[in-house]
Amino acid sequence: MIELERISRRYESTVAVDDVTLSIAEGEFCVLIGSSGAGKSTVLKMINRLVPPSSGRIRIDGADTARLAVEALRRRMGYVIQSIGLFPHWTVARNIGTVPELLGWPRARRRERAAELLDLFKLPPGEFLDRYPHQLSIGQQQRIGIARALAADPAILLMDEPFGALDPITRETLQAEIAQIRRASRKTVVFVTHDMDEALRLGSRIAVMDNGRLVQVDAPLAIVAAPANDFVRELIGRDDLGLKLLSLDRVASRLRRGETAPGDAIGDTLTLRQALSRMIADGKDRLPVADAEGRALGAIHLADLLRR
Amino acid sequence: MMAKALRDPLLWASLALLALVLLMPDAKPAFAALFPALERPMFELDSFLDLTLWHLLLVGASSGAAVLLGVAAGIFVTRPSGAEFRVLLDTVVTIGQTFPPVAVLAVAVPVIGFGFDPAFIALLLYGLLPIVEGTIAGLEAVPAAVREAARGTGMGQLACLLKVELPLAAPVIIAGVRTSVIINIGTATVASTVGAWSLGLPIIIGLNAANLAYILEGALPLALLAVVVDLAFGRVLSSLQGWRRA
Repeated sequence: MIELERISRRYESTVAVDDVTLSIAEGEFCVLIGSSGAGKSTVLKMINRLVPPSSGRIRIDGADTARLAVEALRRRMGYVIQSIGLFPHWTVARNIGTVPELLGWPRARRRERAAELLDLFKLPPGEFLDRYPHQLSIGQQQRIGIARALAADPAILLMDEPFGALDPITRETLQAEIAQIRRASRKTVVFVTHDMDEALRLGSRIAVMDNGRLVQVDAPLAIVAAPANDFVRELIGRDDLGLKLLSLDRVASRLRRGETAPGDAIGDTLTLRQALSRMIADGKDRLPVADAEGRALGAIHLADLLRR
Repeated sequence: MMAKALRDPLLWASLALLALVLLMPDAKPAFAALFPALERPMFELDSFLDLTLWHLLLVGASSGAAVLLGVAAGIFVTRPSGAEFRVLLDTVVTIGQTFPPVAVLAVAVPVIGFGFDPAFIALLLYGLLPIVEGTIAGLEAVPAAVREAARGTGMGQLACLLKVELPLAAPVIIAGVRTSVIINIGTATVASTVGAWSLGLPIIIGLNAANLAYILEGALPLALLAVVVDLAFGRVLSSLQGWRRA
């Protein structure tokens, strides 16, 4: 449980964060979104005290963070940044083991943990443990960056535009991976982005910030269905509001079980938006649906997509 | 393995230096033949081994002190608490560099007398600039993201400095030290004008007595010494950067 209580951050003449109150429950995936300079990164950095609040209080599980030892506090939270920041002179194994090393874990256990995390990201440990960051692709580097944040199994994960520097395909893969990791571990995630699609895809709750203030905090569906003001509407994008809504739900929810349709099947975990895209591309108003193993489940109709 | 060791220039340069220093007196007939007009073609006031060791001691002590002071000062001014001293430090070390060592000796001798001490001070001041600049440049080249990650993962100031910043800055710092030491090896010859023992002694005496043989006998081992030390630094530098080649 993270409670931000009326926190502000002022620089000489500007106010980066203005009186923000927000409480993030355990296991929640809270996305902070806004245009650049909205103060979302500053809020994130105040949680691990990389930026001290000018006023206000932050509590984690009831304890005021200002009273905790700052290094100990940071070791309890994973931290992932857009520019990744792997230590270039350390191997992948040592990079992942950064926090465990600071916590004094023995070497063998750190290496074992690093191998475990590489497995989680489907990077063969035998191949990757002893490589250096410059030998990896950007996508692999950011996987190591996330693995480093997860190494000591922190209850809280802070992510500052972690996928901002990645190409769209890698970004989507990593989004799927992080969503899956969170589902498996029930970590509390605070995630900063300026990409509404990413926010809608990942967040269990979305906090929209503008000019240092919190504008709207709601579930993804509520944000899209009832934007609080023009800024939020703008952020969602007026023109593809409908598509955004479709991207919040999956094929499985509108499936007509047992029905059949001609053509190539789509997976039941695709979003409705992806299903619509396929219908348009294939020139069909219904498509067969199959599960991950390729077993036929049923069909989905264009009309099903229009239901709210 | 053996063959590789035999191709090592550092090994050969070191052996050549050793041979030159130990066998110099045996070259007396050669120098006599080269300079038939000279009454004393071989410098015999002290052994060349002695002079070389004194030279190394003088350079080692002054450069060692310059490294300690220079790196410490460079670290200090790149911390938030020391940032305001940065300009002052720049000014001081630049003055140290522009002030000729001979002038420092001239000022120092009346205060602390002849011998090793004034030479030590002059060389220390003269050698600071490349070390301080290298330290500052090296530390500032550490990417901000890396520093942020270090702090974000819960490294303290000292851990961040020792585990991340200094190892990443090391090549630039060592390059500064290398420049400083090589310059000091040459500059240490002037120490013999104030009575410090060094390879400058035959050179200074040779200059005063118009004895070209003496000058050569000092300059040859001196040049070879600089080459050996430079090669050794090259070795250290490449061993520090093994990860870049991986």
